Amino acid sequence: MNKFLFLTLLFISTASHAALNVFACEPEWAALTQLLAGDKASLYTATGALQDPHRVEARPSLIARARRANLLVCTGAGLETAWLPVIVRESGNAAIRPGNSGYFEAARFVQMLEIPARLDRSDGDVHAAGNPHIQTDARNFLPVADALSKRLILLDPANTGYYQQQLTTFNQQWRTAIARWEKQAAPLKGVSIIAQHRGFPYLNNWLGLKQVAELEAKPGMEPSVAHLSQVLNELQQTRMVLRAAYQDERPSAWIAERAHISAVVLPYTVGGTAQASDLYALFDDTINRLLAGLK
Amino acid sequence: MFKKTCLSVAIAALLSLSFAASAANDPDLQAIREQIQQLKQSYEQRITQLEQRLAQAEANSHESVPAREQPAVQAASSSESAFNPAILLVLGGTYGQLKQDPAVPTTGFAMSAHPGHQQGFNLGESELGISANIDPDFRGVATLALASAGGVTVENAFVQTSALGNGLNLKFGRYFSGLGYLNEQHAHTWDFVDQPLVYASLWNNQLGEDGVQVKWLAPTDTFIELGAELGRGRGFPGTDRVKNGIGSGVLFAHIGDDIGIEHSWRTGISLHQTRRTDAVSTAVADLPGTPGGVNNSFSGDSRTAGMDFVWKYSPDGNSRYLKVQGEYFQRRESGLLTYDTALANISDRYAATQSGWYLQSVYRFMPHWRSGLRYDRLDPGTASVGALNAGNIISHYGFQPTRTSLMLDYSPSEFSRLRLQLARDNSRQGLPDNQLFVQYIMSLGAHGAHQY
Repeated sequence: MNKFLFLTLLFISTASHAALNVFACEPEWAALTQLLAGDKASLYTATGALQDPHRVEARPSLIARARRANLLVCTGAGLETAWLPVIVRESGNAAIRPGNSGYFEAARFVQMLEIPARLDRSDGDVHAAGNPHIQTDARNFLPVADALSKRLILLDPANTGYYQQQLTTFNQQWRTAIARWEKQAAPLKGVSIIAQHRGFPYLNNWLGLKQVAELEAKPGMEPSVAHLSQVLNELQQTRMVLRAAYQDERPSAWIAERAHISAVVLPYTVGGTAQASDLYALFDDTINRLLAGLK
Repeated sequence: MFKKTCLSVAIAALLSLSFAASAANDPDLQAIREQIQQLKQSYEQRITQLEQRLAQAEANSHESVPAREQPAVQAASSSESAFNPAILLVLGGTYGQLKQDPAVPTTGFAMSAHPGHQQGFNLGESELGISANIDPDFRGVATLALASAGGVTVENAFVQTSALGNGLNLKFGRYFSGLGYLNEQHAHTWDFVDQPLVYASLWNNQLGEDGVQVKWLAPTDTFIELGAELGRGRGFPGTDRVKNGIGSGVLFAHIGDDIGIEHSWRTGISLHQTRRTDAVSTAVADLPGTPGGVNNSFSGDSRTAGMDFVWKYSPDGNSRYLKVQGEYFQRRESGLLTYDTALANISDRYAATQSGWYLQSVYRFMPHWRSGLRYDRLDPGTASVGALNAGNIISHYGFQPTRTSLMLDYSPSEFSRLRLQLARDNSRQGLPDNQLFVQYIMSLGAHGAHQY
């Protein structure tokens, strides 16, 4: 028992002493928090870039990390329903419960797309609040950053000046970057694409890509060969098939080979590819890969 | 920028004009100069502000997204239904093909639980789950099991605190005990059609309690959870105490963590204690070989200790994974046993230590497909029987029940699962059984998050 107590105390004393413990559900929000909070926050990222954020398990390590978190930064819109509620409940941490100031959902601050007109599971894994993959449109980071910065200030008012400074810097640099990306991505406007999962409406909306088909017959259901063959028949002047780095490569490889189009892997989040090492590089790499797919 | 230059030029011209007008350095001139200087500064400030606004407006025009918080839930059609709780209905059914009569108990465990199997088509684990936050402090959960013969039993009905903080969670009502790994999991999340033999015999499949549970999570990066329960002793081996006081107690501790991003594990120990009063077992085999067995009654203490572990491996994330888990329980019972309550009715002391374990592995080899293998083993131990019953009670069976199960399941979506299970059941001496099960599990409505 003594040994156990000693170990417990040891764990507690070695914990980091940054002002805020932030538990980020996905790597993109960890990267954004890093830009806005710098060393004022100690960050933990719950999912890797190669994990499907819909299907993470409520692992003990996640519950333990949520126990001491001051702030949860997640996508929301139903993306994490399979695991986050258990983590919040089991953590015994009242601060991060939905509705409290330690619970931040990015999707609440952007204009949601694909909000279903009818809710029926026969339509597959639909999200009632709209498509949750908001991180593929760089513009969405501006309102989220604004709201997140306000939340950081609310939780850690002592560093208000620092957070405001970081937000101003981020806003300036991000806007410059958006202008650059939009210029680079100009050739992509109107290009027809196929998506493996219904995961790119925000990217399409931003860069003007035209999605003509999906490889998943219903969202969240793995593509079947029958459906793939049907998609193949419907293809007309499609230039590429897109998939996120965490998804199985076989369906898009199958289509790409038969339709003689490019299979493009997008990092989808920070860390999804070797090049997408931070939030800026995420979009640099996304656009580079899309442009390469045109050739 | 152009405006600013113009203004500077104008001001400079004005200044030079005023200089030309008077060469003298009188106080009036000084005052005028200061005024002009102030004017210049004020204009420059306003111009800078205007420029900033312009830049911001230009930047904002890139955004099609308004920076405002949206309501998370669409306004519900009527205020009455807006606060309806989450409802999950699980439809389950099984077809069982068994060679032996499922009523025959496991050898050496006739005085333990025997949930058994059902033959033919039967409505298996259909259950209705309702849950919602009650207020900022409490959350309520009810799970009603729909019995195939009709009627409804209350599987779970508990209230959970949500605002205690400091890693504390309090649960009261009727709940599945937190001991072991499998005990808390609902039937629709089981990896096999049935529970392992050790759970079937020692916990009547699952230990459900009426009582209070407190859990504390340590503030460490490693998952360390301690829990304690005080209950009525409702579920087997408890004998449903109906007196004041406490009928059963449980202590458990769980530790878990990740190893890299691909491995995760959890391990734990549990202790359970209850006082059994007039626990009647029917059709127990005896030394004289009474046809159909006899009825025995036991009163005494029951103490169980257990160990559990689970390890999961998911390359790069989670579309395929391998799960290996195992649990071991040992139960020590000592007290007074009454042999053949109907006729002989002889009471003397009795003590036995029984144990069992299982090891199972489930592998998701394709996105929709999983296969599993489980090995079960029980040890009835050697009982210490008082002299009066030495010629009646079988103290040593010399047989260890085992079972091997093979499972294959297919999940067209997250909400549906079809399963085939084959088992070679050697749990009853001299009655080896080949078993086949076909099962469906479908969930409708709010599909809540699953536990690890």
